Amino acid sequence: MKDNQMKNTPHLELTQVGIDFPTPKGPFTALQNVNLKIKKGEFISLIGHSGCGKSTVLNIVAGLYQATTGGVILDSKEVNEPGPERAVVFQNHSLLPWLSAYKNVELAVKQTQKGRSKKEIKEWVEHNLELVHMSHAADKLPAEISGGMKQRVGIARALAMEPKVLLMDEPFGALDALTRAHLQDSVMEIHAELGNTVIMITHDVDEAVLLSDRIVMMTNGPEATIGEILPIELERPRNRIALADDPKYNHYRSEVLKFLYEKQRKVESVSEHKAKKVQDKNTKETDVA
Amino acid sequence: MIKQNAIPTIIHQVKGFQWPNIGQLLGAAALPIVGIVVFLGLWSLMAKNIDTSLGQFPGPAAVWEQTTTLVDEHNAQMDKADKFYERQEIRNAARVAKDPSYQPKIRAFTGAPTFFQQIWTSLYTVMVGFIVASLIAIPLGIVCGLSKNAYTAINPLIQLFKPVSPLAWLPLVTMVVSAVYVSSDPMFSKSFITSAVTVALCCLWPTLINTAVGVSSIDKDLLNVSKVLRLNALSHVTTIVLPSSIPAIFTGLRLSLGIGWMVLIAAEMLAQNPGLGKFVWDEFQNGSSESLARIMVAVLTIGLIGFILDRVMLVIQRKVSWDKNAVLR
Repeated sequence: MKDNQMKNTPHLELTQVGIDFPTPKGPFTALQNVNLKIKKGEFISLIGHSGCGKSTVLNIVAGLYQATTGGVILDSKEVNEPGPERAVVFQNHSLLPWLSAYKNVELAVKQTQKGRSKKEIKEWVEHNLELVHMSHAADKLPAEISGGMKQRVGIARALAMEPKVLLMDEPFGALDALTRAHLQDSVMEIHAELGNTVIMITHDVDEAVLLSDRIVMMTNGPEATIGEILPIELERPRNRIALADDPKYNHYRSEVLKFLYEKQRKVESVSEHKAKKVQDKNTKETDVA
Repeated sequence: MIKQNAIPTIIHQVKGFQWPNIGQLLGAAALPIVGIVVFLGLWSLMAKNIDTSLGQFPGPAAVWEQTTTLVDEHNAQMDKADKFYERQEIRNAARVAKDPSYQPKIRAFTGAPTFFQQIWTSLYTVMVGFIVASLIAIPLGIVCGLSKNAYTAINPLIQLFKPVSPLAWLPLVTMVVSAVYVSSDPMFSKSFITSAVTVALCCLWPTLINTAVGVSSIDKDLLNVSKVLRLNALSHVTTIVLPSSIPAIFTGLRLSLGIGWMVLIAAEMLAQNPGLGKFVWDEFQNGSSESLARIMVAVLTIGLIGFILDRVMLVIQRKVSWDKNAVLR
């Protein structure tokens, strides 16, 4: 009975989440009415134009921002402060530059898993570095490894906290296309192995379709909210090369593109902009006349 | 065919590689020498044309002569001290032989301090003042950097006291030390404490300000990492804040030590702490024909020691700081 109830209540639930930021001209409503229910082990992508409040949603789930209205519930507990059960992978790796890759992960392990013996800590750090294929550079400082490697260590650090939800804020945004593809494959592997619940912010349509179980598409701000939710029913494990010719994959892809560039278009094309200007000018001239 | 082509390329590369290197080496070694030689020439030229009531202004030759004299005086004084202790030992041994119950006493040598002992006193005093200031300024700077309210509260006081000259503090410090530091068997002389406190008062500020700026400009992502990990206040400071702001703290420390060394000379003159400042003052009061040259020796020594102190701080910064790419000069 209780088990049944557990299954019915979602793992992570955002209810009527909204946030106002104070400005000198009064409060600015960045987000409004964000409702989302996420199952355990689900991989969710948040996609939308820049400035639409994707990061704000993530930061509210992380507890780094406090929602003005509504709230977030994780496993029947309200989220109101940051914590290791909602580990964040930041866009710019944010490793401590004075600590080696190993020490960076170790800091997270020591802090979140007190009570482990020295040996257990060491094994757990090494296990997580192994998971992201970074064991060979464990003793390197962040400045001595490439951007992709830093991001791998950042992911290892987040995973080492054994989070209930893994939050990734444009984790591959600063990387080149090849490195990004490698890391996406790694993330898919890890997700298949550990089954973490993941919320990832991305700008990349292919990345979103390839990795996600559902893509959450956000409308433009201010007062941004969830526009559409697209479930991706592609079988796992997914292979980027095989999917490239898959009609279903391409359909999903075009759905997201349509949302971003037709329904929520942000930038008008140059010719339209010019036409508008000419029109404005004409109306002004007629006004004068 | 390939070899024939390769050889000229290598020679070309070697030539291209070596030429600027020799030029750089020459520049690095020769230009400072040129600068010094030109300076010495101008100095001796000008010195010949300046007549003071204590005779002609000393040129490089006179200053060098006084440098050797000061070294000789130091050696002579050390000799005297050695002989003084030797005589005491012989005398004590003789008395003990006569009367075995006699407890031998060793009295300290009380000759005037030499130039090199005065340098040592100055270094010791400035380091004490500097360390005391740092122990206050770094924690206070961290508090100011972490809390905007603390900074807003303290900032007016920093701005008010930062520009105050050491000479203005000195009479107050002297009187306070005389009133507060009362002991029948003082461990430190009052002049030492007065000088060190004055140095500390003046070299608090750069470290305080730079630490506060360094702490308040820590990468926001790192602060978020700390929040996600739920680090407590102490480990937040030790694992995130302190290492992040080490470069800024060192910038402040180097500025502070430079100011402290400048302030010390003035403080010693007025407080009569037996260091370089007192040396300069005594020579000035002495007014012999050699005084100006001896003061000039002190001036150059002060400059050289200031330079060495800064280099030592730089070496420590390189050791301690994680930011090996930072431009350190």
